[in-house]
Amino acid sequence: MTYGNALAALADPTRRKVFERLKAGPKSVGRIAATLPVSRPAVSQHLKILKEAGLVREEAKGTRRIYRIDPKGLGALRGWLDQFWDRALEAFRAEVDADTKRKENQ
Amino acid sequence: MRTQTMIRVSPVKKSIRVNASQTRAFEVFTARFDAWWPKSHHIGQTAMKEAIIEPRQGGRWYEKGEDGSECQWGTVLAWEPSQRVVLSWHINSKFQYDESVASEVEVRFIAESAAVTRVELEHRIESVDAEDIRAAVDSPGGWSSLLEHYRDVASS
Repeated sequence: MTYGNALAALADPTRRKVFERLKAGPKSVGRIAATLPVSRPAVSQHLKILKEAGLVREEAKGTRRIYRIDPKGLGALRGWLDQFWDRALEAFRAEVDADTKRKENQ
Repeated sequence: MRTQTMIRVSPVKKSIRVNASQTRAFEVFTARFDAWWPKSHHIGQTAMKEAIIEPRQGGRWYEKGEDGSECQWGTVLAWEPSQRVVLSWHINSKFQYDESVASEVEVRFIAESAAVTRVELEHRIESVDAEDIRAAVDSPGGWSSLLEHYRDVASS
């Protein structure tokens, strides 16, 4: 569940610090690690979880990977809407069938 | 002045077949919108009584609450009866009306036969690169209330 992940992802204090480093603007793993007492692989792992939670986005810039905040959790919103429309369109199809039955009974 | 960048995510695309003519599929989707739209998915503060798409370009897309209040969702951007309708939907990840999130729902009705219509839906989402994420995460009404809302919606 995307929203649950977002909340859980920020519950970890170190991960929250990684996320906060991105508030000033996009950064590479190396630049984030340079300002925190954690290794680059650890920062990468935190970023991976933040990305899965829809909180940050990743872009390739040459050989480097740049991370930035996903504004307003658009990734999370997208994930939610993706599921929502499946459900809404099924309800729409059911209403079309109900409408057909009503017309047949008229 | 801070330059604003539009951030996009890949659109949500759906396709579904319904057993109805193109005309009737369009009618049920728009004129009978309230009959099929999940009642749990409303933006207003009070329980939703009715959801309405006004049948014209520039028309409103809104809900009426049980208490008579109205809550705007967006605008009808394109109105092409039986074929296509495009709605703007200013909704953010807190399921609230938000002008800074521009999303568009395009629905196309394609006749496969006299009795079968394919309905294709594309929901495009973009936002200005706002600083709101901090508020969204840090405020008491932020992610936690959003999570609660999602749980309510998912279990309803």
